[in-house]
Amino acid sequence: MSLYQDVILDHYRNPRNQGELKHPTHTGSALNPTCGDQLQMDIIMENGIIKEIGFSGAGCAISQASASLLTEEVLGKRSEEVLALSPQDILKLLGVTLSPARLKCGLLSLETLKKALSSK
Amino acid sequence: MHKKDFPIFEKHSDLIYLDSAATSLKPKSVINAVTDYLSHASTNISRGLYPLAEATTERFEAVRKQTALFLNADPTEIIFTGGTTQAINTVARLLESKVDTDSEILVTTMEHHSNFLPWKELALRKGCTFSLLLLTTSGEISLDALRSAIHPHTKILALSFVSNVLGTINPISEITSIAKEINKDIIVIVDAAQAAGHIPLDMKALNVDFLAFSAHKMFGSTGLGVLYGKKEILETLSPVDFGGGMVQDACAVKPEYKALPTCFEAGTPDIASVFALGAAITYITALGIENIRTHEKELVSYAIENLKKIFGNHITILGPTDLEKRGGVLSFTLNGIHPHDIAHIVGEQGICVRAGEHCTAPLHKSLGLSATTRISFSVYNETKDIDRLIEALKEAQKILLK
Repeated sequence: MSLYQDVILDHYRNPRNQGELKHPTHTGSALNPTCGDQLQMDIIMENGIIKEIGFSGAGCAISQASASLLTEEVLGKRSEEVLALSPQDILKLLGVTLSPARLKCGLLSLETLKKALSSK
Repeated sequence: MHKKDFPIFEKHSDLIYLDSAATSLKPKSVINAVTDYLSHASTNISRGLYPLAEATTERFEAVRKQTALFLNADPTEIIFTGGTTQAINTVARLLESKVDTDSEILVTTMEHHSNFLPWKELALRKGCTFSLLLLTTSGEISLDALRSAIHPHTKILALSFVSNVLGTINPISEITSIAKEINKDIIVIVDAAQAAGHIPLDMKALNVDFLAFSAHKMFGSTGLGVLYGKKEILETLSPVDFGGGMVQDACAVKPEYKALPTCFEAGTPDIASVFALGAAITYITALGIENIRTHEKELVSYAIENLKKIFGNHITILGPTDLEKRGGVLSFTLNGIHPHDIAHIVGEQGICVRAGEHCTAPLHKSLGLSATTRISFSVYNETKDIDRLIEALKEAQKILLK
């Protein structure tokens, strides 16, 4: 099965929640040193709930689609719920299995998001 | 050209291998040299006094001579190491006594991390200046820029022979002359990982002080590198690795070490890989290094012409446009498609290319790129490999572009 399934291609071509937020309460960024990809996540938290979220940065289809899918998934969720997300949950969102080399691309979004949530 | 010599194609007949800059495929004769030693002659060198071990020692030293001949050097100038990376790290430690706080170490922007970090770390250890020589827009070293970058206090110049990303072949002998004109004591170290087995290497003509390469990128096995060191300089240096095989008198208050090059080879080396290197050099010599160079140049020319024809201004090919200044490495970016996706999609069709920053973060940063796709050629590649790649790239565009 090709890695480039409809869900991934849809989110890569039409990313949801893409762009920096003007006045985020939380922000975080992470780097994938094997390909130089950089991702940033901005969040506006209200009463412990993710009210708005935006991702920015360049990357491959997998990392971009993963970021798009993840932002959609966590919108309206509580910080604790998001921090409890596992790599397995991200793979479920993507709907594919990733080789060790591409796993970093797929999980960069979660790493970035958790960094953002832990920021002040 | 010579696919039949490489057993990998018996198992993967459709394989299009365009990643020889990472590691080359291995011809049958090299594989045989390894299995023959491991099966029938697995004895250690230097110490054994029985015939099998003596024969291994003899064969080992014969490869050293063969390597010296391959480089137009003296056998005492050939040090076997674990690879290019280890060789350069060793040189950086060997030269520790040659630099102080007033010194400068100069490297170029195109360096692989293995010819960048050991020097940056040496500069940090010694508190000396670490400088970067910037490249021209076509990814070359400007000799004028070099002239103004070298000062009387520039003690070390480290640069690659062939860039592993841009493909640029640096004019090493001219560079060495200029450097030594300004500072006769400057030590020039050349990373020849992408040059060995692709273009002729003549130590006398190049007049470099150190040159390193890996056996596995020139049809040999992994785990072995060659470090050439000019005799006059090696004689002024003290070993940095200590242990078996390299010592003359270990009991003396100040231990005495063996003559060149043994004093720089502590411990049992990768003997099987040394025999593989011998077979690899024999293979290269039989094909003729000039023929290999011509073949790779033709492939690069065909690739540039056809990639540009098909993808027009959607493709950006890095490095010099003059084919005489290019080795068998070609990196590019394709508008709107990340190199990782390219490598993955063409990989699903049996085409092996490399994506990323290729261990050259300073170069990619200077180009404003996070990643590139790289193809690299060897004697088993044909123009139809490039045709297949182009078809696969079109497929990638179809999948990923809106």
